[in-house]
Amino acid sequence: MEKELKVAALRNGTVIDHIPADKLYQVVSILHLDTCEHQITIGNNLDSAKVGKKGIIKISDRAFEEDETNKIALIAPNAKINIIRDYLVVEKRPLTLPAEIKEIVQCANPNCITNNQPVTTRFHVQLHDGEIMLKCHYCEREVQRDKVKIK
Amino acid sequence: MKNNSLVSISDYSKEEILAILDSAADFEANPNRKTLDGKVIATLFFEPSTRTRLSFETAVVRLGGSIIGFSDAATSSSSKGETLNDTILMVSCYADAIVMRHPLEGAARFASEVAPVPIINAGDGSNQHPSQTLLDLYSILKTQGTLENLTICLVGDLKYGRTVHSLIMAMSHFHPTFKFIAPDELKMPDEYKVFCDKNDIAYTEVNELTDNFNDSDILYMTRVQKERFQDLMEYERVKNVYTLKNEMLANSKPNLRILHPLPRVSEIDPDVDSNEKAYYFRQAQNGLYVRQAIVSKVLNQK
Repeated sequence: MEKELKVAALRNGTVIDHIPADKLYQVVSILHLDTCEHQITIGNNLDSAKVGKKGIIKISDRAFEEDETNKIALIAPNAKINIIRDYLVVEKRPLTLPAEIKEIVQCANPNCITNNQPVTTRFHVQLHDGEIMLKCHYCEREVQRDKVKIK
Repeated sequence: MKNNSLVSISDYSKEEILAILDSAADFEANPNRKTLDGKVIATLFFEPSTRTRLSFETAVVRLGGSIIGFSDAATSSSSKGETLNDTILMVSCYADAIVMRHPLEGAARFASEVAPVPIINAGDGSNQHPSQTLLDLYSILKTQGTLENLTICLVGDLKYGRTVHSLIMAMSHFHPTFKFIAPDELKMPDEYKVFCDKNDIAYTEVNELTDNFNDSDILYMTRVQKERFQDLMEYERVKNVYTLKNEMLANSKPNLRILHPLPRVSEIDPDVDSNEKAYYFRQAQNGLYVRQAIVSKVLNQK
């Protein structure tokens, strides 16, 4: 059977592939794509041998800074970032979790100053026994990476 | 750190902790000086804490400094909806340093980032209360002659008690052995046990108080609070099991001293008070000298 092209090819821009389907809209949110004026194609619940159901985002004519794409590592560590020029992948960018995460995560502690006053959240990324933990810079509480609340 | 603030006990290195304790001993020998003459210290208590506030204010006044501030958020502009950011910036215009207690965790860290003057955290919710930790260390040092290689028994609410958590962090520099005695509901959280493992600190966990502290140098009692229990019958049981009575001290080590951050309720029977091993009231007095040392350090005054 001939392979069906479900998402149109991109000439120039960024492709974020292999996003777990349930994380797609969080990725949209942390990259602020809701206010992005470039052409964007979003596909979700596409069949994927790797992750079952996946999401994909194609953004035309836009390059992201590394610290922007690294935010994706927080919620979809196995997503693939490809930079496209003239229909060709010119860069496969690895995702690295930054040492500090600002703004996008909400502290899980309801009694934290950041949940009660206009304070930008800050988290320190730490490795405990192979598990990635986020420690709130303010209330000093720790939360596991897969349990974080994205704003 | 942006300035000299003291927000969390982990802001201080081992050397800085020891320097504070040295300086506290100095103040104990001579508590009345005029080294803060002309300085204004603000005490901002967004939730009441009479004991801590009076201790800080006495420390400042005995050094010749002056105090401004409030003792209850109801009398401050935060009751009008002012943000912490604005209150701190406003008070920074008047004071050389700010001592603050706030019900929200992380409030002091945030204040230390916006304030041009040093912040001393006098308690931020259930997070940190570093002057309490330093006065605990000072009391341990004074009664044992050393901080090294001691066996410390922590009793009561080990789950929510911030004083015991900070004490573990601070003592980690000095090769302690810990014994955690708590009911199942209030056991030491895993993150602190992981911390002990990582720092090669030996600890054991026990359920009953009885005389399980006979090998200890320090018996650190904390209050078991009724509101922590879902089952009030369980609270009644626990409350009685975790009450220290004089007769239980019969076989304890001669150098054992009993500490308690106060206020105590029923966890230490009044019949312990006259025992020479009861140290909790003198511990509170040590708070004065330690706070003189802290205020002097943040203001770079000797």
